[in-house]
Amino acid sequence: MKKSSLTLVERLTIAIPFAWLLTFLALPLISVAALSIHVVADSIPPVAPLFSANQGHLALHVSMRGFQMVFEDPLYFVAFRNALVNAALTTAGCILIGFPIAFAIARSPARRRNLYVLLAILPFWTSFLLRAYAWMGLIRDSGPINALLLFLGIISKPVAILYSPTAVLLVMIYSYLPFFVLPMYAVLEKLPADLLAAASDLGARPAYVFRTVTVPLSMPGIVSGAILVFVPAVGEYVIPELVGSSSTMMIGGILWEEFFQNRDWPLAAAIALVTFGLLMLPALLLRRRLGQLAAVS
Amino acid sequence: MAATQSPILQIRGLAKSFAGTRVLNGINLDVPRGSIVSLLGRSGSGKTTLLQLIAGLHEPDTGTLVIDGTDMTGVPPFARPVNMMFQSYALFPHLSVAENIVYGLKARGAPRIERDRLLAWALELVRLEGLGARRPEQLSGGQRQRVALARCLVMKPAVLLLDEPMAALDRSLRADVQKELTEIQRKVGTTFVLVTHDQDEAMAISDYIAVMEQGEIVQFGTPREVYEYPRTTFVASFLGTINLFTGSLVARAGRCQLVTEDGLEINANRATSGADGTRRTVGVRPEKVSISRESTHGANNFAGTIEQLSYCGNLSHATIRLSQHRVIEATVVNSDHTGASTFELGDAVHVAFPVEAAVVLSS
Repeated sequence: MKKSSLTLVERLTIAIPFAWLLTFLALPLISVAALSIHVVADSIPPVAPLFSANQGHLALHVSMRGFQMVFEDPLYFVAFRNALVNAALTTAGCILIGFPIAFAIARSPARRRNLYVLLAILPFWTSFLLRAYAWMGLIRDSGPINALLLFLGIISKPVAILYSPTAVLLVMIYSYLPFFVLPMYAVLEKLPADLLAAASDLGARPAYVFRTVTVPLSMPGIVSGAILVFVPAVGEYVIPELVGSSSTMMIGGILWEEFFQNRDWPLAAAIALVTFGLLMLPALLLRRRLGQLAAVS
Repeated sequence: MAATQSPILQIRGLAKSFAGTRVLNGINLDVPRGSIVSLLGRSGSGKTTLLQLIAGLHEPDTGTLVIDGTDMTGVPPFARPVNMMFQSYALFPHLSVAENIVYGLKARGAPRIERDRLLAWALELVRLEGLGARRPEQLSGGQRQRVALARCLVMKPAVLLLDEPMAALDRSLRADVQKELTEIQRKVGTTFVLVTHDQDEAMAISDYIAVMEQGEIVQFGTPREVYEYPRTTFVASFLGTINLFTGSLVARAGRCQLVTEDGLEINANRATSGADGTRRTVGVRPEKVSISRESTHGANNFAGTIEQLSYCGNLSHATIRLSQHRVIEATVVNSDHTGASTFELGDAVHVAFPVEAAVVLSS
């Protein structure tokens, strides 16, 4: 596009998202990157300035110690692995539970759909912490879930769900489910009914129609929902902290610890950057795949 | 063989209501094997519902539907020997042209060899050889329609149902696509039943037209029969334009004669029952009306003045005032390029039409 063909209004329209990205994405990222190469110091803030004047010479104080630790200490590798596995399981759970919910909403009568969507996001109306504590009450050894299982005779002594990876997964799927259901519903709702009718007219049974038409055409929704769940799930800190076991460390918790307890800001910044890199790679791959799918639908 | 002469689709007393509203009312229809039959009507006439009943998307309240000798009562859509070409064509956007065409064969579990054979046959039939790897979005509207057609034809349906086949196409493309559609139908010999609201389209491609109004088939016949001998004023005015004359009946020498309120004596094409004085309506198509400067003696000859003239290249449309309350429309072919015999506004002329062209209608 030629520059001269843009009016002032058009330039402003383009400038606003750019300014947004610069202020809220690029600047924080740059400052985190800068922090990650600082040298730790026993001061407030707990890092030495990058530059200092020393006998008329300008001295530069940088260190790659943070990155070195992230890549060399197996503690961080395990924490990354735990977080990725947990996020992957959360995403899988959200797809398995969220797809049928979104499908059911999209197939319900038009006048009731908005109500169902509202119900799906209703938990957001109350504090997240409150809901997490409610879960803790539900799944603790003397909680109603164990009581019910005991009463039904399915178990003979309480199952320790709370403070286990299972509890983390359970609460995470519960918390992130709406982020999957909404984009999924948006795509399924727009799925042309003609295509499904045509498939069954051509002799396809419902299960075959679902596999060959519904699922492929809802891939954009599955992919964007999965990104919305997976990306924040990797860095999730609160849920593992509240209901998880202290032996299964996740990278979100480690980061919090390095920053607030150990006051090792450069290391915390390095962890944040590596996490960011880890997430960008699959997100970019998925975006490309999503672009291909969007092109055909 | 007698079996091949019997109708491929027989409908008897078919009725359907939705939420207490009668949408179809006692439909009887025989669709001859290998023909193209149009269900022609305005929206709300019940034509789409009839198509859906044939496809099995709804069950009729009463009546029977027999396809190729088998009663379809209670037979689910996927088990019926019919396929539907949707108005939107409903091509699967994530599949290639070839994958779209073999979709039904694959769903049925047809072996690969058969799929490949039918795919090659279908691509050649609809002249899309070499385009099998394309995506539907890369095709023109006419090509998409042919993919949708091929996707149905590989299933070898006894009857192919087409829902407004031209609606998704640009008006300028329709004439060519209509020709292609009929050519393909002649080649495969599959019976086509199509729904349309466009009378020109119905006339151009159909062997038979079933004109529908308010849930009933008001007339069934060849395009020529339906156009030249419309049974009712609705059919007459739905298929093209027509001059209507209403008057009281006078029977003379076994032939129907009508006298209008403004005193015109119209001689119609057939004898009609009914006592003298019965009110009847007669229709005359504009192109049957001739204009001349001199009076030609004989029946249906009236004097008038040219009130409106529009020149349309091949044709000219004229409105001639016969009396204070009556005009007649005439369409003349401009066969003389010099325009020597043309008329001017305000010319005093005589209009005439043959007795055979005056059709007695029931309202």
